[in-house]
Amino acid sequence: MRNRRSGVPAPLLIPASLGVAFLVLPLVGLLVRAPWGSLWSQLTAPGVGTALRLSLVCATAATLISLVLGVPLAWVLARSRARGRSVLRALVTVPLVLPPVVGGVALFLVLGRQGIIGRRLYETAGITIPFTTPAVVIAETFVAMPFLVISVEGALRAADARFEDVAATLGADRWTTFRRVTLPLVAPGIAAGSVLCWARALGEFGATITFAGNFPGTTQTMPLAVYLALQRDPEAAIVLSLVLMAVSLGTLLLLRDRWLGRSGAGIAA
Amino acid sequence: MSLDAAVRVRRGTLDLDVGLEIADGEVLAVLGPNGAGKSTLLRVVAGLLRPDAGRVAVDGAVWDDPAGGVHLPPHERALGMVFQDALLFPHLSVLDNVAFGLRTRGVRRPAARQAAGRWLARVGLEGLGDRRPDELSGGQAQRAALARAQVGDPALLLLDEPLSALDARTRLTVRAELRRHLAEFAGSTVLVTHDPVDAMALADRVVVVEDGGVVQAGTPQEVSRAPRTDYVARLVGLSLLPGTGAGTSVHLDGGGEVAVAEETSGPVFAAVRPESVALYLSRPDGSPRNVWPARLVGATPHGATVRCELAGAVPLVADVTATAFAELGLVPGAEVWATVKASEVAVYAR
Repeated sequence: MRNRRSGVPAPLLIPASLGVAFLVLPLVGLLVRAPWGSLWSQLTAPGVGTALRLSLVCATAATLISLVLGVPLAWVLARSRARGRSVLRALVTVPLVLPPVVGGVALFLVLGRQGIIGRRLYETAGITIPFTTPAVVIAETFVAMPFLVISVEGALRAADARFEDVAATLGADRWTTFRRVTLPLVAPGIAAGSVLCWARALGEFGATITFAGNFPGTTQTMPLAVYLALQRDPEAAIVLSLVLMAVSLGTLLLLRDRWLGRSGAGIAA
Repeated sequence: MSLDAAVRVRRGTLDLDVGLEIADGEVLAVLGPNGAGKSTLLRVVAGLLRPDAGRVAVDGAVWDDPAGGVHLPPHERALGMVFQDALLFPHLSVLDNVAFGLRTRGVRRPAARQAAGRWLARVGLEGLGDRRPDELSGGQAQRAALARAQVGDPALLLLDEPLSALDARTRLTVRAELRRHLAEFAGSTVLVTHDPVDAMALADRVVVVEDGGVVQAGTPQEVSRAPRTDYVARLVGLSLLPGTGAGTSVHLDGGGEVAVAEETSGPVFAAVRPESVALYLSRPDGSPRNVWPARLVGATPHGATVRCELAGAVPLVADVTATAFAELGLVPGAEVWATVKASEVAVYAR
């Protein structure tokens, strides 16, 4: 009776169920195979804490940089009437579809010691970027910022631009209007975009390992540690994966309850 | 605080070319159908849209002069604007919404909130300052929007269809309050509306805009008594018959002839009120000089009467009581005779 009511035809129901199983079973497998007995000792092993801390710091730094650069960029894409806007949008979203390894190579060619900008940096200031912690942040920002830009641009387009007209007639210049009206209006979009961006940065692998390498303590983030551990100590890999999964699920819950669900009407009041 | 504006804007199919002059304390209604360019005109005066040509000056200070390269940005113009939807900022309390215009002009928060509170009291929203905008009714929100627009003591108040989003009953009360506010307001007001009742009730002077141009201007009484276009005539419920006067009759441009009480000559309008038209099934005997055959093309209930649209050499609108409508057995397509006394026909120069 329930099936009849929800009205899902069998040709759709079966593949849909298979799809759910396909997505959920690996995660279940991770839980089943986890070495629950030695979990604590694995977690407190010297490398794990370092990698986790580095991951969190770098992902947060990448998200902050993305906010500072990405929100203004989203505003330009959504509000300005500049001619090359559609081209600009395409360029900005390229990292979304680009294989991260390619992004890492590209960053290397520009910021590496022999790179277009990197060589000048090294020759004039003695600064080397690749294979340092800043390189991790740069690689993560490169890959994750488009998520924030797209999310905030969507929020800006959905926001009623007439509020900005109202603000202008009330004596607010464009900057004041942006700070006092536009930003608060799209705050949920910015929050959702930040979380997406942060989660993407946290899981970044390809660009990071290409551009920043895999040095414990300076550039070895959690995903790199997982990959490395899988080759010599699968149990450690499972534990590290569990930690990443917990952080991701926590993020998802935060996202849904705080900003996406809006079912808790009490928040607004 | 007078406004002197000549505005020329081309946007797509719209070719707006309108001049406005408003004295101190005067309320000018810009009346016109949708798409006539009324809101575009208001956006130009507000500085939200640059005109292609023309000039906007307030108290002699030039706000817009494209030829001279002058464009004062909207936030530097001493004006307040109320939009069709109240558009209260959803992330601010009602009080902070009203205080917004003072905060942007550098007033400190406590002083701004105090002034905003006084304005809320003036529009009858005392004690509702802590509410969120979505906790207000439509009428309350529009009152708050009015307070927000006026809090900075603007020289110019722009009202863009301020009542049209309200339900009929709320519109009555808010209109009455708006009338009181506008009477107290020292600056000039431009009211854009497509509702003749708003224009008649609130304005000192009416400008009728159609297809981007001014077709008639005058006091509300002048405009409603002697409309110059079909649009205005329909709004005020008159049948407008353009023709040429010759003695006590008018030869209509569309054929037909109308007898009038006064002597006229040259191009004139003859205007007939729907309630002065009588309908008969057969040609009536007796005195009326104006008897025309006509065909009923439409009938809509209008209160206790039925408004009948008549086609023929003399196109008219007639109001008959619902009883008479039933007794005559009128149906669309019916052939009828319409009569009007010559003394009931208003006639004025085109």
